[in-house]
Amino acid sequence: MRSIIVVIGALLISSISFGQESKGSTIPAVEIVNMDGDKFNTSQLNNDGKPMIINFWATWCSPCKRELNNIAELYDDWIDETGVKIVAISIDDARNMQKVRPYVDGQAWDYEVYIDMNADFKRQLGVNNVPHTFLVDGNGKIVWQHNSYSEGDEYELYELVKKLAAGESIK
Amino acid sequence: MNIKHVQALALIILTVALSNSLHAQDAGNGVQKFMAEPLEIHGNFSARGQYYQEDSAIGAPDVPEQFLMNGFANVIVTKGAFSAGVRYESYRNPILGFDQRYKGSGFPYRYVQFSQHGLDVTAGNFYEQFGTGLLLRSYEERDLGVDNAFDGIRVKYSTKFGVYLKGLIGKQRYFFDLGPGIVRGVDGLVNLNEAFGALKSSKFKVKIGGSFVSKYQEDNNPNYKLPENVASYSGRLNLSYKGFGFLGEYAYKMNDPSADNEYIYKDGAAMYLSGTYSRKGLGIVLSAKSIDNMSYRSDREEGLNNLLINFNPALTKQHTYNLAATLYPYASQLTGEVAYQGDIVYKIKRKTPLGGKYGTTIFINVSKAFGLDSTHLNDENAARQGYEANFFKPGQQEYYQDINISLERKIVKWLKLKAMYMNLMANNDILRYGGINGSWSGKIYADIAVLDMTFKLKPKHSIRAEIQGLWSQQDMGDWATFIVEYTFSPNWFVAVMDQFNYGNPVHVNRIHYPYATFGYTHKANRISIGYGRQKAGLFCVGGVCRVVPASNGLTISVTSSF
Repeated sequence: MRSIIVVIGALLISSISFGQESKGSTIPAVEIVNMDGDKFNTSQLNNDGKPMIINFWATWCSPCKRELNNIAELYDDWIDETGVKIVAISIDDARNMQKVRPYVDGQAWDYEVYIDMNADFKRQLGVNNVPHTFLVDGNGKIVWQHNSYSEGDEYELYELVKKLAAGESIK
Repeated sequence: MNIKHVQALALIILTVALSNSLHAQDAGNGVQKFMAEPLEIHGNFSARGQYYQEDSAIGAPDVPEQFLMNGFANVIVTKGAFSAGVRYESYRNPILGFDQRYKGSGFPYRYVQFSQHGLDVTAGNFYEQFGTGLLLRSYEERDLGVDNAFDGIRVKYSTKFGVYLKGLIGKQRYFFDLGPGIVRGVDGLVNLNEAFGALKSSKFKVKIGGSFVSKYQEDNNPNYKLPENVASYSGRLNLSYKGFGFLGEYAYKMNDPSADNEYIYKDGAAMYLSGTYSRKGLGIVLSAKSIDNMSYRSDREEGLNNLLINFNPALTKQHTYNLAATLYPYASQLTGEVAYQGDIVYKIKRKTPLGGKYGTTIFINVSKAFGLDSTHLNDENAARQGYEANFFKPGQQEYYQDINISLERKIVKWLKLKAMYMNLMANNDILRYGGINGSWSGKIYADIAVLDMTFKLKPKHSIRAEIQGLWSQQDMGDWATFIVEYTFSPNWFVAVMDQFNYGNPVHVNRIHYPYATFGYTHKANRISIGYGRQKAGLFCVGGVCRVVPASNGLTISVTSSF
């Protein structure tokens, strides 16, 4: 029990000394791969000062595919209006990772897709289960996150993207 | 639980935290830069509690504690190149279906990590995968109670010229303890396009990798003289050219007598091959796999999902619809199998006669698994090889077959349809599902059909309904499942479901399994409450399954990320 208190104490002190930091947290640096199997470090994820959506999904996750397919219909408009970029992180492991590219191409998605085969990026970001969405502002800070998907969630997400694109802060 | 480790980690975190408030003016540039790095904290929390009621009709046992709960919290602190994390886990007591050896609580996961100029060092617990995992993979599936994390040291080095190296040593997690064996491994990967300037812009991409893994476990067996060190190695190749892709890995393991293979001295091998082609609107995957005596654990006496060093997932489609996913799923047979799978995704363009206004997507998946062609040897007292096998040659025994086709189409703005038909054969002599009538002997054949409809009432209000049927002459006979789910974006959902074994040849087993759930989501917080009967069966996540006993009662689940 004492050790838990020490840990919590350490966290509190650190948050006091860094309370003045800018809002939101940066994207952790984790090694994942692109659909060709080339290594990619997540600290390089960026969208040139425009908002970015990081979405965790899997080929075996129905709500994940519903979400990304629904957004795919709107994506061209979203890009035109806000310059937003969607990065889709598949957590498919060795059982299904070879199905990721054929699925992505088969559905004609235009997202930037990576594979987090052993859930290292998922773990660093504290994701419990998929789908899980992070919203990153133009400074590369994670400013919002959401777990699960219900039909229509994309409208709320896009309202937030528009705010970020207009330079407004979101809570 | 090991208090010393937690205290050590807490001290490190405290030191980093305190150092933030100091101004190290006379320190070097590196230190100043480190001080200027922001401190990031990420983590998550999950708890699932269940209140149980005895229900003799479905075989749900009386639970003396009445209420059981699993919970955990992760905290990961990052500052520049430095990262540290802990996970607290509590099973008071483990919910039904979880191994009773989880009973208790503690900090089974804690680590510190530092990475700089291509070098990455982890001390403590870590998850790692070499290649496709055919030789080594440590990972976690918290909902299934699977966690074979290493406790040890890992060093990774990434060069600027496309060569990536990893080395590790450690023991694996065994509930709140560690397994007896020590695992040592190295892995190398060369990305030829990064290594050779001339290939940098080539569309033909080549990666070659290889691993060496060895485990040590003391021989204290009174009957056999067992190898204390078991070596294994693997090689892999990854190619891609425009829309084409190829991935292959071959692994070989020296003799490793174990409870899984009944203590034979035969070497083991596994191979995975997969080719893909895709372009806009079309995706094709063809895969093949053969496993021969490839159970590899850091304790030769263990079974189930415990202390596995390698990862051999099933080469079948991972279904999500209730009847297709939970009644007769396939699991890889580590002692020997040959499996094939083909998968096609095709999108018929929108605004065409066949595709309709919004387009139609067709999915076809076929998979088949066999035993390995092998001849039993009567060499009990000699070399004790057990059997001879022909790698990649299917034997007489068919293990599994799944042929399924599904269509997805948006009919009008407010209605989306998805339909699936599946034909399956599962060999219960091998897979042993153990249904509520007892264990069926021989093959189980079934047809499954699913209709999934989404009605969009308003932009943020929708109703989704599923009608599913499973028809079989064997085992538990016919099933039907009905699900209706109402969602009010972005916060609320309510769902009711009934699974009904209406065609069970044993009349008293024609049972309804009604279940209702209600949930609230706000950003990364999610709370759900469920009440009803849950069927005994297989609960699978990400390719691994756990047997869940029948239960009746109230379930509360809370998850959060920060």
